[in-house]
Amino acid sequence: MRRSYAWDLGIIVALVLFVAVAGQTIEGVGSPRFWRFVILEVIPVALIALPLALVVITGEIDLSVASVLGLTCTVLGQLWAWGVSSLPLLIVLCLLLGAALGAVNGVFVTVFGLPSLAVTIGTLALYRGLAYVVLGDRAVANYPTTWTRNAIAAIPGLTIPWMILVVVAVAVILGVILHATPIGRGLYAIGNNAEASAFAGISVARTKFWLFVLTGAMSALAGVFWTFRFASARADNATGLELAAVAAVLLGGVSIFGGRGGLVGVLAAVVLLATLRNALQLADVPANALTIVTGSLLIASVVGPNVATQARDALRRRRARTAT
Amino acid sequence: MKRTAAALAALLLLGLSATACAEDGDDSGGGDGGAKSNTIKSGLKIAFLPKQVNNPYFTTAGNGGKTAVGEFKGTYSETGPSEASASSQVSYINTLSQQKTDVIVVSANDKDAICGALNEARQAGTKVVTYDSDTKPDCRDLFVNQATAEGIAKSQIKLISDAVGPDGGKIAILSATANATNQNAWIEMMKTELAKPEYSKLQLVATVYGDDDDQKSFTEAQGLLAKYPDLKGIISPTTVGVAAAGRYLSGSAYKGKVALTGLGTPNQMRAFVKDGTCKAFALWNPADLGYLAAYAAGALASGMISGKEGEKFTAGKLGEFTVGKNGEVLLGEPFTFNASNIDQFNF
Repeated sequence: MRRSYAWDLGIIVALVLFVAVAGQTIEGVGSPRFWRFVILEVIPVALIALPLALVVITGEIDLSVASVLGLTCTVLGQLWAWGVSSLPLLIVLCLLLGAALGAVNGVFVTVFGLPSLAVTIGTLALYRGLAYVVLGDRAVANYPTTWTRNAIAAIPGLTIPWMILVVVAVAVILGVILHATPIGRGLYAIGNNAEASAFAGISVARTKFWLFVLTGAMSALAGVFWTFRFASARADNATGLELAAVAAVLLGGVSIFGGRGGLVGVLAAVVLLATLRNALQLADVPANALTIVTGSLLIASVVGPNVATQARDALRRRRARTAT
Repeated sequence: MKRTAAALAALLLLGLSATACAEDGDDSGGGDGGAKSNTIKSGLKIAFLPKQVNNPYFTTAGNGGKTAVGEFKGTYSETGPSEASASSQVSYINTLSQQKTDVIVVSANDKDAICGALNEARQAGTKVVTYDSDTKPDCRDLFVNQATAEGIAKSQIKLISDAVGPDGGKIAILSATANATNQNAWIEMMKTELAKPEYSKLQLVATVYGDDDDQKSFTEAQGLLAKYPDLKGIISPTTVGVAAAGRYLSGSAYKGKVALTGLGTPNQMRAFVKDGTCKAFALWNPADLGYLAAYAAGALASGMISGKEGEKFTAGKLGEFTVGKNGEVLLGEPFTFNASNIDQFNF
């Protein structure tokens, strides 16, 4: 547990230092408009990455998140086109859809005992395919401007979109559950040793199932935001966003093997990645170089902790030798 | 562990700030190429935002734009996403607007998804010209149209009809992304055109989407022939698609039996025209399109035109253009390339 705090701090320090340096060297970084655009990018990724972090902590993964988002967008668009014009009803239906899609993942993983990597690669393709079934090559884009404007509206007096408050609320709720309740300790236990935690009385299958449901519902919420932010529901919405979410989770210090990590690091990593991308774009770094930067960061975040552990062990062994 | 994490973070930062500082000092000083565009202000910052970078068509258009911007002594830049998805252009629009670009010249991946960002940029003082693929008219100041949908559809159907021959048969369309504004407009017009009595023997059986991705387009072409073995012709009104379909056909048993036409670039299609896979295809000159779009951008930012119908401006070597309905400027008619003229072109 001590490790994850060090990593959280490292990410936050990296973020602060980067903003400090980039703010001096790249014109536009750090301005109110800059933060507005960064936060707009952070919102959907964070909504997905936060619950996904819990899934990864239990040693599973969900790669279908962006496809759940895409399918939700198309269903939302289709419902609107059919004349469902109550916003709360649309949001509730979308959340239910997301929960159901997550439950499908959960059933395959917990009831049939299949590896989540395989299951969710399958549903990644399946849900995206269904999105094309719903809308085909069409786009639904004629939403009331009040909806699309409200989705990205700023907190009064600031440039920051209000939706970030939803993200913060989700982070606080999930953070408290993870770090201050028996449920949270159970999640770490499952990730560290599922068998032992089952013997200790934790319902491994049920816990994992509900985490998949939660991730599905949150991906759907991100889908609602996505649809109104871009005023466009299309089957290819957010293709590839699962990589951004997984990258944030891992860079945030959650171990891909489960059992380790925290939500502060994940949230900081989402912001760091979005800040990096926007700042480097302002510095005219081409798109190809940008993906190289995020890729390297991801590798570093997976390799870093392992190399550190090995180096420490080697050091300890040498010390032990010199002592004798 | 704490120390390692800190060291790692520091290392990353070093690397990143190094990249961040490495801004390129690219002054596209194209010289005074002879054009007397004396009323366009000098020093304008004009940024091209294509559907995606690394696409030869947009690279050629960008080069045309760069030449034009050089002629009126502005600063040219080109930026864009590496894949042509709907919302990927939004963050680039945001970036360009923050960089206080005078004009964004954009080819829209999605006519709706980038609207909000464009309008936000316009409120901050940036002018917007669309080229190649338009947005909704209320999100931009001008649209530089390469050819009318009608002109393109007529030429494509004429070409496939000539290539398939008088007996007609089944034909299919291999398009780009499913929501590409221009592609869908052309496909609709092609259907109208096919309804005419002289084309009654041509039967459109499928429209498939290669997403302007070479391998996907290749696979879709393959899939078409697997599904319709008696297919007589393929129209691919996108440069990536027609080249991929050409590559598939020329290496298959269908070479010469299944006619191919579309919108392609001479360099990509040369081999297929010479080996008989494709008799003729069409396109406008993308370099001219970029050139015209850049001049339109310059005229717009200098206050010479505002996008109203009937306004006139001069675009260097291309001469005078008039703004049409809905703020549209038309480049001209599509041009047909075939074995007899293809070697005169290099783009």
